[in-house]
Amino acid sequence: MVDNGAPAFTPVNLITGFLGSGKTTLLNRMLRSPRLADTAVLINEFGEVGLDHELIERIDENTVLLQSGCLCCTIRGELADAIKALHSRRARGEVPLYRRLLIESTGLADPLPILTTIAADPSLRHHYRLGVVVATVDAVNGMSQLDSQPESRKQAAVADRLVLTKTDIAEAGETDLLLARLRRLNPSAPVRYAVDPALDPSALIGDDLFDLEAKSREVALWFDEAFAQAGHAHHAHHRHDPNRHGDDIRAFAFSLDAPINWIAFGLWLSMLLNRHGESVLRVKGLLALEGETAPVAIHAVQQLVHAPTHLPRWPSSDRRTRLVFIARGLDEAMVRRSFAAFVLGPTANARRA
Amino acid sequence: MCALCGVLGGKDHWTEPLHREGNYVRFSDPAARRRERARRIAEANVIVGQFGLTLSDWQADAYVLATRTGKSEIVVDLAALWPTAEKLAGRRIDPLDPSTLERRERANG
Repeated sequence: MVDNGAPAFTPVNLITGFLGSGKTTLLNRMLRSPRLADTAVLINEFGEVGLDHELIERIDENTVLLQSGCLCCTIRGELADAIKALHSRRARGEVPLYRRLLIESTGLADPLPILTTIAADPSLRHHYRLGVVVATVDAVNGMSQLDSQPESRKQAAVADRLVLTKTDIAEAGETDLLLARLRRLNPSAPVRYAVDPALDPSALIGDDLFDLEAKSREVALWFDEAFAQAGHAHHAHHRHDPNRHGDDIRAFAFSLDAPINWIAFGLWLSMLLNRHGESVLRVKGLLALEGETAPVAIHAVQQLVHAPTHLPRWPSSDRRTRLVFIARGLDEAMVRRSFAAFVLGPTANARRA
Repeated sequence: MCALCGVLGGKDHWTEPLHREGNYVRFSDPAARRRERARRIAEANVIVGQFGLTLSDWQADAYVLATRTGKSEIVVDLAALWPTAEKLAGRRIDPLDPSTLERRERANG
């Protein structure tokens, strides 16, 4: 914590989702939660569903309306400038103390440039860190949007939480198909239903990897579904068409029993991301390292790898290294082979030495 | 400079992160960090050696990457290592490339 009570690293959360998929409605619900009262909001347009007037009044000082129509790579500078301006005002006490930021992107935006701006900007990265990416997916139109809009697939693939909206007006069968597709696209993100009365919108961004108390729980979430899916995909291998939509983005996961070597892993992943970072939307890993008893979590968005975090303990009795890749057009078999050659190879050699 | 590498943002590569609450820092003891650094250089040389390059330490603060003819460049961390190595070697260094993999697998025995 710094002097004025602001966190040393303020988390920046992102709500993304295709046009009309219920982002603003969800944002409205989040902002009504007392738990999220100390949230500053950056929005880059007022959509059809305007934010509740009273709420705008309440959050006005902390609300920044970005002028550009599309929050994508062309206005990275504007986003960074908006966050820096807000940061200065907080430091001077001109705005209420906020402890997290929430960005609502336009439906057409590719979320990756927003994430890379926050993680790579030389001055932002010392005061802000990535929080959680929440993607809304509309149960009525989501399937066709995933088919026709690459940005929609990217939004779902990079999300840490998926929120299915409009399930009350969708056919039950459609929702199930959409759910199965989202699971293949991004098995590491838990799916919530916007219509679920038990849904606590504040919990969507309340816990994240870098919240020390929550991170074991968060990391456990990454893998439960990913490995359930891997088993399911294996089981479905002999069906005619396990992925009939032919999504260009795919998730794959693998695990290893023996602890791995941190140096070899760092060299391999940095080398892989240098050449293939554009294709790797996300990497999430829980590593059992040689010489360590507790696990280390790693988390990357394209070429950007967050500082690895040391978990206080293993989230479950499963102590294997586990890695989930969400990638576009990468050959899973080659990634596995490369991992074995570059990470396990020298480890095995060192053991023999 | 590539904005994504964050090279001008200060030395804070994820393989050698700064001390911050919750970060995984492998060794805080300076001697152990130096040993880790020497092992990283040795391990990196196995890879860049395939491409005719050698990596060495530069004042325990950065690295020097050199070709066989002595052309060399300073790199601050692993994010800068790979693009610089590709530039000096004049070819891609791709861990998914089949011939790179085969050579590595043979070297592993």
